[in-house]
Amino acid sequence: MTDLLTVQNLRIAFPSRHGPVEVVRGVSFAMGKERLGIVGESGSGKSLTGRAILGLTPPPGKATAEKLEFDGIDLREATRSQWHDIRGERISMVMQDPKFSLNPVMTIGRQLMETYRTHRRSTRAEAHERGLEMLNAVQIRDPDRVMNAYPHELSGGMGQRAMIAMMLVTEPELLIADEPTSALDVTVQIEVLRILDRLVSDRGMGLIFISHDLRLVSSFCDRVLVMYAGQVVEEVKATDLANASHPYTKGLFNCLPRIEGGQRPLPILERDADWAL
Amino acid sequence: MALLNSCDLEVTFTKGSEHVQAVRGVSFEVAEGESYGIVGESGSGKSTVLRAICGLAPVTGGSIRVDGQQLVGARRPDFYRKVQMVFQDPYASLHPRHTVDRVLSEPLAIHGFADRETRVEQALEDVGLGQGFRFRYPHQLSGGQRQRVAIARALILEPRILLLDEPTSALDASIQAEVLNLLDRIRSERGLTYVLVSHDLSVVAHMCERLMVMQHGQAVEEMTRESLQARNAAQDYTRKLLTASLGYRAAQEEQAS
Amino acid sequence: MSMTESSRREWLLTDHPASRRQARLGQMYRTWLTFRQNRLAMVGLGIVVLLVLVAIFADLIAPYDPLISGDLRTARLLPPSWNHPMGTDEQARDIFSRVVYGSRLTLMVVALVAIIATPIGLLVGTTAGYFGGWVDIILMRITDIFLAFPRLILALAFVAALGPGIENAIIAIAITSWPPYARLARAETLTIRDTDYIAAIRLQGASSARIISGHVVPLCLSSVIIRVTLDMAGIILTAAGLGFLGLGAQPPQPEWGAMIAAGRRFLIDFWWVATMPGIAIFAVSLGFNLLGDGLRDVLDPKGRG
Repeated sequence: MTDLLTVQNLRIAFPSRHGPVEVVRGVSFAMGKERLGIVGESGSGKSLTGRAILGLTPPPGKATAEKLEFDGIDLREATRSQWHDIRGERISMVMQDPKFSLNPVMTIGRQLMETYRTHRRSTRAEAHERGLEMLNAVQIRDPDRVMNAYPHELSGGMGQRAMIAMMLVTEPELLIADEPTSALDVTVQIEVLRILDRLVSDRGMGLIFISHDLRLVSSFCDRVLVMYAGQVVEEVKATDLANASHPYTKGLFNCLPRIEGGQRPLPILERDADWAL
Repeated sequence: MALLNSCDLEVTFTKGSEHVQAVRGVSFEVAEGESYGIVGESGSGKSTVLRAICGLAPVTGGSIRVDGQQLVGARRPDFYRKVQMVFQDPYASLHPRHTVDRVLSEPLAIHGFADRETRVEQALEDVGLGQGFRFRYPHQLSGGQRQRVAIARALILEPRILLLDEPTSALDASIQAEVLNLLDRIRSERGLTYVLVSHDLSVVAHMCERLMVMQHGQAVEEMTRESLQARNAAQDYTRKLLTASLGYRAAQEEQAS
Repeated sequence: MSMTESSRREWLLTDHPASRRQARLGQMYRTWLTFRQNRLAMVGLGIVVLLVLVAIFADLIAPYDPLISGDLRTARLLPPSWNHPMGTDEQARDIFSRVVYGSRLTLMVVALVAIIATPIGLLVGTTAGYFGGWVDIILMRITDIFLAFPRLILALAFVAALGPGIENAIIAIAITSWPPYARLARAETLTIRDTDYIAAIRLQGASSARIISGHVVPLCLSSVIIRVTLDMAGIILTAAGLGFLGLGAQPPQPEWGAMIAAGRRFLIDFWWVATMPGIAIFAVSLGFNLLGDGLRDVLDPKGRG
């Protein structure tokens, strides 16, 4: 299997009063057309890793890598026009909160069509048709209404689905989803995951699923990278997560309360200073 | 007799000519020393119930009784010595310009306690923060530490009822475990009564003996911890929540079968 | 020396302060460190500090008496020279000395207006914002009424009624300058009012007066201080304008605006008479503006993004 994306020794540093501080410290992974989960707690560097792939490290941060390759293209050296062909077209990103990612003064339909037409030469009618198709694909029941709606007129789950539709309208080969379901209710969460799942299996898309929710990721992804203090401490098959070897992964998994009842008091995650070395 | 009693509680928010009924006739009882959970998704009105109890949301119908006394209009000062609340977001519930010391000593000053120094020190020890945290500002604390300060603030007036509004949903999983353990320990030590609101069934199953499931401002059903653990739900909506809580793969299988 | 300095710095910047005083000083030191990085703000601060120093030590700095005329036959309208760095005016008084003493009047205007207008604005704004409803409507309509008065015209009416003089000018300026602060404080209060930390202190049984003074005002204070500082330039100019019109400080008081008015007659032939106090007004106004911008960068949490 050829790799869709290869990341080698990715480092992201932010300047501070005491010199540069590395928040991502040598992350390496390779992935094909699969569901890859990146799990970590706040500050582990998981979101920055996702953004760095698209060259979107927030300033004044600086990202460096030995290799950052997407389908044979060296992303470190990508020119403006190459990025234009990649971002939104071949790699898309879904953020946590649709409220910040959708333009509040444009209807969903117009945003969908605009995204499509920046990347594909097409007539308005074609773009409209394509937009409706995408909204159908993300299980929106009355796509005609949503096409003409403004983001604030949609509920959280609807907005997130519209957002996913927008990211998928160009049929990207890789989707980076940063906490795509964290702002959603559990019942809606499952539906959104179902949509993502179908896109991976039906269209052969690669998916990077970034989340703090170990349980959710383990039940959804094929493979999981566990990040701690800017490093990948463990890479594990999702189904094997319960028998993970790294104490951090184990601790993270065990400290979750369970409906069936379990230990009381809950086992506490004892952090070892060695993990962050 | 129940320590806390809500009977046909209704809360309606009025904004201009618009009326939003957030809670539509919710009744429940919580006995002294019990831990009671309220579960629901966003917009179910679960948090509004808590806010109505402590007077932050208007009670427009029904009644709330604490210790047999019906709560009417503005709460009197002695009410706050009986009932306290911990908020969801520790980043929003601490005043950005006040030190931990001020946060903890202010309620003591309001209620005229004499031995403030020792009480503040004790409160910090009780929630597992040392004296080193006493003069810090919120921005010098992590999320978990902030939530501990918020819990210390709620406990410092020695209330009998603690209202917990999603106390761990803004925290990382490992910190959540620490805070839940802390709350559990404090309750058993002091015989407190908890009303805990959460969207997370596993948190409620861990913390509460009984729970109520809410949807659209109404109670769907009341369950015991045992029936929740056995997944014995009487209502479709509760079953749906239970299925979703299993995670993606299990939910898929359950739906398929 | 450097050793004690670095340990003092550590003491201030520690994340584990051991006393109330250390926590507060540390917080102030951090603000100062941020402020210090802003060059222009430091220039502004320098000008304002200079103004204060000049006002305090006017007796020592000024070479001549600002009020007593020199020799009217030989020393009138002399151009700037070593003896008279800014020249002399039509009554043979040393302009430099008058500008130096004038800083006291300017500083008095600025300080009194700030002391009178800021608390009124804060109190009205936070009260209206916190309570809302009828309290809000009544207070804000009163504010609107005051806001509708043109400042100079009201000052004119005031001075006409009470007689000219710097004190009446100050009162007139103060009365017309609080409404913007009230509006600002109200807008801030509206965003603070519904936060969890205000709800939390209400649940501790705190009275409205305690919440407003202890919890709401400190958060509104920074934006109001920024606004007041930025307004200072306008206040100095209004005071100067009143002086220019003959309604503020009365001759022979060395008020900068009045000095410009007096020099106006000689503007073509003896430019320094009106220009020197003009430069003083310009410099001080600029100083306050730079300082205000710097404070905004440091104190205004919204600007930090």
